[in-house]
This record gives sequence, structure tokens and C-alpha cells, in this order.
Amino acid sequence: MNFIKPSRRTVLQAGGALAASAALPRFAFADDMPPIGTWPAGSQGSSVTIGAAVPLTGTYAAQGADELKGWQLAVEHLNSGDELIRATSPKTTKGVLGKEVKIVYADSAAKPAQAVQAQGKFISDDKIVLMTGSTSSAVAVATNHFAQREHVLYFCGISGSNDTTGKDCVRYGFRQDFYGQTAAAAIGPVLIKAFGKNRKAAYMTPDYTYGHTVTKAMNDYLTSQGGWTMVTNQVSPLGAPDYSNYVTNIGNTDAEFLINVNWGHDAVLSTQQAKQFGLLNKMKLVVPYQIPFLAKELGAETTQGVYAATDFWWTLEDQNPLAKQFVEKFQAKFGYRPEWGAESAYTSIALWADGVERAGTFYPPAVIKALEAGNHNNTMVGDCYIRAADHQLVRPVIIVQGKKPSDMKNPEDYWQVLEVVPGAPLMQAPDAFGCKLGDYT
Amino acid sequence: MISWSNFLSQFFNGLASGALLALISSGLTIIYGTLGVLNLAHGAMFMLGGYAGYVAFQATGSFLIAVIVGSLFLVLFGVIFEFVIIRRFYSRPPEDQLLVTFGVGMVLVELVRWGFGSLSLTVPPPAWAMGVTPLGFMIYPTYRLVVLGIAAVALAVLYFVLYRTRLGMIVRAGIEDSTMVGMLGINVDRVFMLVFGIGAMAAGFAGIVNAPVVSLTPDMGDAILVQTFVVVVIGGVGSFPGAILGGLIAGEILSVTSMFNPAYSEVMLFAVMTLVLLLRPQGLLGLPSRE
Repeated sequence: MNFIKPSRRTVLQAGGALAASAALPRFAFADDMPPIGTWPAGSQGSSVTIGAAVPLTGTYAAQGADELKGWQLAVEHLNSGDELIRATSPKTTKGVLGKEVKIVYADSAAKPAQAVQAQGKFISDDKIVLMTGSTSSAVAVATNHFAQREHVLYFCGISGSNDTTGKDCVRYGFRQDFYGQTAAAAIGPVLIKAFGKNRKAAYMTPDYTYGHTVTKAMNDYLTSQGGWTMVTNQVSPLGAPDYSNYVTNIGNTDAEFLINVNWGHDAVLSTQQAKQFGLLNKMKLVVPYQIPFLAKELGAETTQGVYAATDFWWTLEDQNPLAKQFVEKFQAKFGYRPEWGAESAYTSIALWADGVERAGTFYPPAVIKALEAGNHNNTMVGDCYIRAADHQLVRPVIIVQGKKPSDMKNPEDYWQVLEVVPGAPLMQAPDAFGCKLGDYT
Repeated sequence: MISWSNFLSQFFNGLASGALLALISSGLTIIYGTLGVLNLAHGAMFMLGGYAGYVAFQATGSFLIAVIVGSLFLVLFGVIFEFVIIRRFYSRPPEDQLLVTFGVGMVLVELVRWGFGSLSLTVPPPAWAMGVTPLGFMIYPTYRLVVLGIAAVALAVLYFVLYRTRLGMIVRAGIEDSTMVGMLGINVDRVFMLVFGIGAMAAGFAGIVNAPVVSLTPDMGDAILVQTFVVVVIGGVGSFPGAILGGLIAGEILSVTSMFNPAYSEVMLFAVMTLVLLLRPQGLLGLPSRE
């Protein structure tokens, strides 16, 4: 039998290696907090990182850029311990649990595969402790499932689909924006009150989860509560270069309302072309889920009188001191008044920071439990809390109406806030869309 | 809700949007047919024409000047692009040509985004072409009717240049055998540069003419590029009349299908392309040798 005899050098090397490993900092994991996802690796240093996958190209590029600014401001405010973020996350001092917060981001082009790929890279390279970003519900839904698989928390960005915290909800995913269903329940009564019952509506719907669920929610509400009828539903792909064929079909109906569910640049282009084809002379435009920059791009001549549901509009500064602070600080930094994508992004980060501070650890299951605790947070739209059963923020819906050009007090004064409708009474039961959150570990 | 009037209006709309697609596609097919380069920057060049026209419109307030500037800027761009980059790729594999044109397209889009932002910009149509025109079976935006006319005239001019002039003859001879044309004492390099310029001009012209119909965004070329490829494949790659026929067919498919089920209109476009590739791989008017 031959034994391999270790040489003196090998023995010395092995001994050295052992000594070195003993000198490394040892992390004692409590037995109830075993490593999971990027924990504890992501929070062992003096800083933690957030990964954002956001559309900076494509149909949703303008909205994505606005959203990104919201995250950047929130991160800056966390690190400086700004009073605005401390209003929502009262335990915050500087950073999160004393650690500096960094943000890395990549362009998702609003494509689910590209977004998930970017987040995967952030998880392996940057050991991110939180994922954020979407602007498309298709991205939000895909990242939800990715978050559950990777055990990394995800606060989606802009997402209005019923699926995000409905049938595609996950334990590791949270949403700040309301359901499309909630938007419909908020704007539906306003439309019926303003225009009466038994009206005819044509819908324009982008062909993915957001479009289908919002159109269904609007139509269900208006049909059951107001006797409205859907005379046509023009479903188009995301980023269609021309809407003339869809608009022509609508022109051949006797619709009295054009309910445009398209989003981003698609909403701009489809509305412009509806106008070019003379449709807006014979039917009223309704935008169930308001779109950042829509009025700016279309002009107030087109959006005057239009009803929309939205998460935030900057004139809320007249009603809420936090909104006022946010608008001032955002404008000072970026040179324009924030749209709701930026507000939504900022609030998401503040809610997450509050969850971590209350948990006292970055250990994801503990943070999730802290977020599920029903804690009430003061935000720019008032008191809000996360529903434990579907991880949906219960928050008000803002109903706005487009101002006439002559009523605008400054170049960004496009919408008038009509109502701030409390969210809780509008919302369906948490399991109405089949939400099953899944496991903590 | 498929009525006779709906069919007529969709058929007409298909014709008008198809003419525009034909115009955009013609530039792509002229460049491919002559130089053998599949130009993936074509969508970006279409966008660039729109933005160049926008700048001119902002400066002068004249739509006509915007169209002229948009077109000439792209001739200039095309000539420089060919001289600096494309001509180094004629003898390289097609993958290299695809990569370099794709890359240049991305650079153009991001440069425009850097300069103008992602928010959409609008160029209004000339005052006399605003509003709608009643056609009996439908009302149609007046400017779109004008675009139909402009596209028809532009395509006729291009056809004349390619088929009825000495330059066109050289170009078509160059497609068949550029070595032989060179031996006859003709400066093939210069002709190729000019052809690239003409192809780029077609894209830029379409970009600014199309601007009042849409609104300008840096990404507007992406979706158009895909559709022009379908047009060119259906019509026959490298065939100028094929681009016209393909454009009209694509316009009709998009419009007429949407009448039955709008969600399927884009799918149907690709279905027809697949069918053409199966039954006549060289395209409807393409030559087998050029497939």
C-alpha cells in the first residue's frame, strides 16, 4: 500500500490556511436565522444594496426614468436621515440599521426576461437585499416569482395589474400601487355620477396582464353598477407603431366614451391618433389609470375634462405636508415636479426601510413578518398599511380631472384633484383574485 | 360589427398606412439590393429623420423646410456612415454587417435620447392639412391622405431614378456584377456611397413625413424596423417593386385583421410572412438568385 507522504511544504501550507480561516471573522448565525437568499452576505459590510430594473428604453422609458429618480431620492434621504423619509419610517436614523444604502440599476426595457436577468446579476454580483422596479405589470409578476425562488425581497415599482398581488402574489413580493380593480371601484362611481347610466364605451387595451385586468375591472364595474356596455375592445401589442386600424374600428361604432387603458407612450400615441381621426369630437376620453407625463405630452387641450384615477398628483401638496416636502425636494434636485411613479418609488423604499428597522435585521423572513404586522405608516397620501394576506398596501386612490389650459396656474398644473378616496372600502377580499403567498423560507 | 362601411374604411386605412410602410421599406431594400448589407440601423435612421425635421421645424416653423432638412440630413449621414464604416464591411461576413449596423442603430437611439429625452415630441402637420376629410364611408385625417399622396410620388420618383436614369442603370448593373462595372471605368465605390445616401434619405424622408402622424420618441424606429423587415421579406428582399407590394399587403393585413380580432393583427402579419417564406422563399417579386 502506498501512502502519499505529505511534504514539509504541504504541511506548512495547510497549517497556514487553517490559521488564516480561524482569523476570518466568524458569523454566528442564530439557529432561527439560517442563511437564505442574499442573507447574511448582503448585509455583512458597512453598506447594503438595492437592485432596480427599470425601463429606460422603449414604450415606458419616460415613466421609468421618473421612477428611478424617486428611488434615488429615497436612498439619498435614507443615508442623510432626511425628515421626509423619517415621517414614513420613524425608526430611521441614517441609512438602514446604520448601514449606508446603495442602489444599482439596469434597463429592463419593460421586458420580463431582461428585468429578471438584471436582478439575477445584481443578486450574484452585488448581493442585493432588495429588488425593485417594474413599470410593466408583466415585469412585476415575473420578478415576484423570481423573488420567491431566490428568497430576496421585492417591492415592485409601477404596477396596476390585479395579478401582481392577486393570482401571482408571493410571500417575498409587496406592492405600493393599488389594484386596477381598486382604481375601477374609485373612478367608476365618478363616471356614473357625471355621465349617467346605460352609456356605451369603447376600450383600448394593451395586450398583457395589466391591460386585460384593468379593462375587465372597469367593464365589470360600469356594466354591473351603471348598465354601461362595451361596444368594442381594441387589444393592441405593447409598443405598437400605429393605432390607425384600432382607431378606425372604434370610429365605426356608436361608442360615447373612449376608455383608454394603454400606458406610457402607447397611451400618448393611441390618444393622439384617436384625436386625429376625429373620435374625441364625438366621444369622451377616460383614462382609468393615469399615466405619468400623459397630459404634458398630449397637451391640456386634449386632457381637459378627462377623468383619471392616480396614485399621486403634485397638487396634493395643498392637503398633505409630506407631499409638499416631497414635491419641493424632488423639484430642487431634478428640476420638475414629480409624477406618481417617483412618489410610488420613494414610498416603496420608505416602507421597506421601516420594515427592516422594525425587524431589527435584514433577515428576509423577519422583515416580511414586520411588514405583515399591520403597522400604519404616514405617507404623502395619508395613512397607509400593508394587508398581510396579499401584501398589498391599503392606500387612497386620487381622482383627478384634466384642467382647461386657461385654468392652469403653471406649466405643470394639468390635473385638478377631485377626491382622495379611502382605499380600504374599495378593495376586494385579499383572496378574491386567488392570492396564495407561499412560504417564508 | 363587420359592416360594409367598416370593411371599406379598414381597406382604405390599410392602403394609406401600407404606402407609408412601403416608403420606409424601400430604403432598406435599395441598400440591401445594391450593397448586400442588411441595415439594422434603418429604424434608427427613420427616427433620426424625424428628429432632424423636428429641430428644423422648431427653428423655422415651416413643415416644408423640416421635410427638406430631415431628408438632406439623412443623405449626409448615410454618405458618412457608408464612407467611415459600411464600406469596411462589404467583404466581411453578414453577421459582422448585422452587428455593426445594429450597434450603430443603438448608438443613434441613445444619442437622441441623451439630447432630447424620452418624452415624445410632436411636429404638427402644415395648417392646410390639419383636421379631417369626410370620405363618405368614413372620416379620415386630412394629413394621412396627404401622406398617401406624398408616399406615392416619392416612390414614383425613386422608381424613375432606379429604372429610367443612367445612375439607376449603373446601380442595377452593380447589383449583378460590381467587378465588371468597375472594369468599365465606373467608380463603383462612389456609386455605392450614393446608393447608401439615397437609401438613408428614403428613411429620413419617411421619418419626417410620418412625424405628424405619430409622435417622436427615440425608440420609434424599433417597431417600424420589424415591420419593414416583414414587408421586405414578403415583397422580395432587394426588390424595389417588392417593397411597394409588400408594404401595401402588410398595411392591409394589419387593418383588415384588426376588424375581426385586433389582438391578432400583428400575429397575422408574421403568419403571412411565414407562408410566403414557405411557398416562395425569394418573396413575391424577388429573384431566386437574390434570396
